[in-house]
Amino acid sequence: MIPPSEAREHYRFRLFVAGTAPRSLRAVESVRRLCERHLCNRYELEIIDIYQQPDLAERDRILAAPILLRVTPAPERRIAGDLLDEDRILRSLQILPAAEAHR
Amino acid sequence: MPDNRAAPTLPKTPTGIAGFDDLTFGGLPAGRPSLICGAAGCGKTLFATTFLVNGATRYDEPGVFMSFEERAEDLAANVASLGYDLDGLVAAGKLAIDHVRVEPSEIEETGAFDLEGLFIRLGFAVDGIGAKRVVLDTIETLFAGFTDLSLLRAELRRLFGWIKDRGLTAIITGERGEGQLTRQGLEEYVSDCVILLDHRVTDQITTRRLRVVKYRGSAHGTNEYPFLIDHAGISVLPVTSAELDYAVPTGVIATGIPDLDSMLGPGGFYRGSSILVSGASGTGKTMLVATIVDAACRRGERCLVFAFEESGAQIIRNAASIGLDLESHRARGLLRFEAARPSLYGLETHLARMHRDLDGFEPRMVVIDPISALRGPAGELQGMLLRMIDLIKARGITAIFTTLRSDGSLVQDDDLGVSSLMDSWIKLQNMEANGERTRTLYVIKARGMSHSNQIREFLMSSSGIQLVDAYIGPSGVLTGTARIVQEAQERSEARRRIQESERQLREVARRRSAIDRQLEELRASLEAAEAEEACLRAETASRTADDADERRALMARRSAAE
Repeated sequence: MIPPSEAREHYRFRLFVAGTAPRSLRAVESVRRLCERHLCNRYELEIIDIYQQPDLAERDRILAAPILLRVTPAPERRIAGDLLDEDRILRSLQILPAAEAHR
Repeated sequence: MPDNRAAPTLPKTPTGIAGFDDLTFGGLPAGRPSLICGAAGCGKTLFATTFLVNGATRYDEPGVFMSFEERAEDLAANVASLGYDLDGLVAAGKLAIDHVRVEPSEIEETGAFDLEGLFIRLGFAVDGIGAKRVVLDTIETLFAGFTDLSLLRAELRRLFGWIKDRGLTAIITGERGEGQLTRQGLEEYVSDCVILLDHRVTDQITTRRLRVVKYRGSAHGTNEYPFLIDHAGISVLPVTSAELDYAVPTGVIATGIPDLDSMLGPGGFYRGSSILVSGASGTGKTMLVATIVDAACRRGERCLVFAFEESGAQIIRNAASIGLDLESHRARGLLRFEAARPSLYGLETHLARMHRDLDGFEPRMVVIDPISALRGPAGELQGMLLRMIDLIKARGITAIFTTLRSDGSLVQDDDLGVSSLMDSWIKLQNMEANGERTRTLYVIKARGMSHSNQIREFLMSSSGIQLVDAYIGPSGVLTGTARIVQEAQERSEARRRIQESERQLREVARRRSAIDRQLEELRASLEAAEAEEACLRAETASRTADDADERRALMARRSAAE
């Protein structure tokens, strides 16, 4: 499915949230958990509040929130929503689940 | 035009688009979103851009253009041809252009989200320049970027609510959809004001039209109004008023042809009246009109000529042949030709163009040469001409129309005439007789003035137009050489009569002198007779005396003898 070399790749994410609404907090928590579980130590996660930093939101053309951007590895990918469906996120970010990686 | 007396209670924001603000009595609803929908290429983006540019330049209301389709630089380039300097306005802080790129299906969705990013971005741009106006062009693009439509609809509703809360006057554009005004049914959310733009092709001619579908809380013009997009921007023609309450300008304008002026009671046509010049081709319509135009320009009045069959240069050249120097008037800016093939635009577009040119040039006299060149269904043509005359009359402009139809109708075998719309009607006609053709002119009608009912022969020469009294005699109207022959005959007849009466005079004189002579002779013989009579009387008297003497002598002798 995914070559082992890529499985070891370094991931950079940007998570854009809108303030401290419950939906935002859920999204932050969910992404953190996912990264810790499956990408331990080979990820960077930048959390941006679009109210605080609208310029960054504009730079990345953010319309919807919350939204998760995979900056590296290219190509860029975007997932909008409260990011609770872990399997689906892993699939669309093409991250090998930790269980499979350890196999 | 709806009733003007319904005072606008709704605060409105002027768009600065010529005509549009008239038909909506002030513009778009202030502090609310309005929807502008229409098919591709009907001018939605241009309308919206004009709204912002006018806001920034004329009404001191900065604006934000949020484009979901075109990039900022494309947008600027597209409207640069209309003279809009978007980059300059952006630099001056009066305009912000934000291009929001929405890639189809770029975003995966898992779970609930909102469009807070868009709100913040818009809010950021609005606050940055203190914007009062917003354009979202075309927000329906968002529907391609997201799959959860119900969520998107809820968010759009929230967005429009947000615009209202912020008191922003917004234009939302939407693509025309099947069976509804916009593809995604945006009209359900933006319900205060909906404007539909349309361009229709009839007989291969496109006409752009605008209609205010809905305007909550305000009167508005309900018709379809033609609008124009060209180098002068966008202009809507509010096709108006069936009312006949023009301020009638007073005064009389001379036609520049003294002979024609003398046929009209006041010595010319009334200012602001409409004059129809009809006649078949080659009767001299354009030259007659050129003379009238020349006279107006000489008085320093601006004239606008809409020529449908000749170019301005050609008319100037031809007019030079009858001694008119129209070129100098053009050079002085008093005369303008707008020449266009009638088939170039639809009737409505022609009308809209005239409307704009009339407002731009502000002429005192307008010529439409000829109206019979305009093609279209008879009813539409009639309506268009009515509005054209309205348009001109409402401005107090003198209008001259020429037509090729000698009976004053618009279309062959159609009695729907324009002549009844005209105040005056000059008819030019070619008369054929004796193997030659002569031009003639009548004044068929001239409202509100006495006028000659006679036919005149119409002569064009290098010294201009002259009218000659035609010969009207027992054998009918004679023109051309027949008139000349008749005139020669009359002259010789007159000469003969003069000679005859001179002869008779001489005869009478001769007879009188003869009688005088006889009188002299009689008087002489009378005198002779009188002299003789006196002589005889004297003789008789002396003889009587002698006789008495003799008798006395005899008696004396007798008595002596006795």
